[in-house]
Amino acid sequence: MSEEVWRERDTTPSKVEAALRHLLIERYHDEDAFVPARVLNLVVVVDAEFRGEVENRLQRVGRYHPSRLVLCSVQPGRKTIDAWCSVAAERAEGPFSLGRETVVLSLGDRHLKALDTIVDPLLVPDLATLVWAPHGHTEAVNALRRLMQVVLVDSQDEQELPEALERSEELLESAYVVDLAWLRSTPWRERIAAAFDPSPLRRGLADISSVTVRHRADSAAAAVLFCGWLSSRLGWHPGSLSDGGGKRRTGHARARRGEVSLHLEEVEQPGAPGLAGVTIEMSSGGSLALDRGPGGLKSVRQARDGTEQVWTVLGASRGEAGILGEGVRQALLRDPTYKPALSAARAMVA
Amino acid sequence: MAASIPTDAPDQEVGDNPLVEGLERLPVPPTTMVIFGASGDLAKRKLLPALYNLAHEGALPERFNLIGAARRGQTDDEFREVMKESIESNSRREPDPQVLEGLLERMRYVPVPFDDGDAYGKLGKVLEELDEDAGQPLARMYYLSTAPEFFSVISQELKKAGLHRHGKADVRVVIEKPFGTDLKSARELQKVVSNVFRERQVFRIDHYLGKETVQNVLAFRFANLMFEPVWNRNYIDHVQITAAEDIGIGSRAGYYDSSGALRDLVQNHMLQLLTLLCMEPPSSFDADRVRDEKVKVLDAITPMSPDEVERCTVRAQYTAGSPGGEDVPGYLDEDDVPDDSQTETYAALKLEVHNWRWEGVPFFLRTGKRLSRKTTEIAVQLKPVPHLAFGSDGSVGVQPNLLILAVQPNEGVSLSLGAKIPGSRMRIRPVNMEFLYGSSFMSQSPEAYERLIQDAMRGEATLFTRDDEVIAQWSIIDPILQAWKEGKPPATSYAAGSPGPHDADELIAPREWRGL
Repeated sequence: MSEEVWRERDTTPSKVEAALRHLLIERYHDEDAFVPARVLNLVVVVDAEFRGEVENRLQRVGRYHPSRLVLCSVQPGRKTIDAWCSVAAERAEGPFSLGRETVVLSLGDRHLKALDTIVDPLLVPDLATLVWAPHGHTEAVNALRRLMQVVLVDSQDEQELPEALERSEELLESAYVVDLAWLRSTPWRERIAAAFDPSPLRRGLADISSVTVRHRADSAAAAVLFCGWLSSRLGWHPGSLSDGGGKRRTGHARARRGEVSLHLEEVEQPGAPGLAGVTIEMSSGGSLALDRGPGGLKSVRQARDGTEQVWTVLGASRGEAGILGEGVRQALLRDPTYKPALSAARAMVA
Repeated sequence: MAASIPTDAPDQEVGDNPLVEGLERLPVPPTTMVIFGASGDLAKRKLLPALYNLAHEGALPERFNLIGAARRGQTDDEFREVMKESIESNSRREPDPQVLEGLLERMRYVPVPFDDGDAYGKLGKVLEELDEDAGQPLARMYYLSTAPEFFSVISQELKKAGLHRHGKADVRVVIEKPFGTDLKSARELQKVVSNVFRERQVFRIDHYLGKETVQNVLAFRFANLMFEPVWNRNYIDHVQITAAEDIGIGSRAGYYDSSGALRDLVQNHMLQLLTLLCMEPPSSFDADRVRDEKVKVLDAITPMSPDEVERCTVRAQYTAGSPGGEDVPGYLDEDDVPDDSQTETYAALKLEVHNWRWEGVPFFLRTGKRLSRKTTEIAVQLKPVPHLAFGSDGSVGVQPNLLILAVQPNEGVSLSLGAKIPGSRMRIRPVNMEFLYGSSFMSQSPEAYERLIQDAMRGEATLFTRDDEVIAQWSIIDPILQAWKEGKPPATSYAAGSPGPHDADELIAPREWRGL
């Protein structure tokens, strides 16, 4: 990878924009095969002290890197804006070099309430803009609303789960929300959907009597969103989950044929955050359990007569870098099931 | 054998699965896949790596087994070892050791001399064992990755052994290309296949259709309003479809010399590109609606008379040359090619689609080995503007618009437009507006076989060739084969590394081929 760089202290957005244009012209001049990636704008707002950590996460995103990254590094008390820009070219598949543009702005908290006016000139027009503020910065996200089509959140980052879900629902009013906590439940949702897909088994969906979701201590959001998904897809009416003692929350949802009991259990889980396992029980006595295992998900099906089958559903873990990459990729897709799942999840944690 | 999750629900019609809404990866039914010809090159280079990548992404069915079936005698472990090496060498991503190990554990091997009925009995027993193990009857998918002469016998033996149908599980067969070597053999093979399987069980694979850029031809045409109004005989002058390779036949002389360029690429890949380009918008993207429209295009191409074959086709062989400064042998000097071989390594055709939309628009198809460059593309040449208000002094002037749908190696679309040359005079020259898929999508395209294997397991047939489609393709190609066999037109030659034979220039005249 080769890179053209520009930097300036105490600068202005228009100077940064001019520098970016100049860097692009230079790059075209140097390299006939240069093609700037044109997928989306990613605006990231971070605390300056944790900037390196976020940059490292973005580095690992790999091919899901956006076209233009505008990283706003916030230092309390700072009065001026410093900027650093680069236009890097990496050899892509085929005979062209794919350009990635990065702008790092060092700014103060005083700049956040009008952050849209600073960021606006730096966005590639006509591309979707994705905003991610992993350290909160609600004021900045609110300021960027008129520019953003998509906002990336991680409901598990918030201290309080009800507030996290409420914030996502509120953001949904002005943008499409990609929630990393939701994406952590994707392989589980896919597998549960597949387990009930053959038509003889699909009838069992109406027969579910209990759902238990095991999750890492920091991943209650993914667990409750998973339950919210099942509730919204299967037409259940969930009630509040209550503290079931220890590391357990329990509650019920009202289904057409009766009550479904819901259980969220914190478990020890080394490695990536997210769900650790799911067990679905049927009123007729059978059950299905999925748990993380080597090379995929360990699946255990118990029939009514107690006989058991065990196998592994193959699949490699995406890891946390994979989750962030997936979040960026999902910014250009639309999942109609998140919003209803979120509403059901909110009812559970109300 | 009990259902895995018993239920007291009444035995009534089951609706759609409400849980699949919004999921990118749709469920694939539990399946045992049997690869006939599992020790062959295609299985090692493409099928096994594709299966590994599906496993890595969690896209295989939750219950999945693979049975390798081939003539060679070997144990399960020996087969697994060979497959492991194939995956490690050919997978598009670094294999995860645990996922790879898990996939290998699902593999069994059954020696099957293809005409040995007893061997199919043993295969049936292994399939039943795997059903027992899963606690449910698994769908069967037979993948015929053998030499084409075995397609019939394998189908017949499967029927004799009662493996072609199952009362409680779907049974599907995937048949690799070529489906026949001419119209007669294709009809004979179809007769055998239809005697064994119902058409909805049969998936004739043409891996070109699994390529993202080929599918994008449909997206380009039917998801963008701006092209449809000009997509007809009123605005399009002609179309060139090119599939050029810069390499020779390598070690494939045995296959290639009995096939040739016409059968190898034109009969399947290039005619498929033509149908996608010319078809009417289907009422839905349901497999049969799409394939109905493709067949209508093929039916509208009148098979050529012998005279037309002489006028409208060119065949040639490459001779020795020095492409890129490297001396390479001519076709007849390649290893294992007979000295008197008449097999064409280059074919060019002029076809016409006789329907309301395309009457009078010539479609020029060309393909060849050892050409000056590797490229696959569709070039749609529009007609010139009806009145030129601009002079052309001091410039190349206004040129008709040219739309290129590039399939490989650069995946993209380019459109030439007339633009004013900066300066005080109104002078025009063509400029290019280019779109490259690689700059606009973050995802890596899956290999064609990954998509197609998954579709076949799901019973989704849109990207597979239907019986009437393959017969219609051969109906176009067969008269050309017959005339060529009689030496009409005579075969010509071209130097390795050149853009092709001079006769091809005469075929397209007064127009010109696009530079490779």
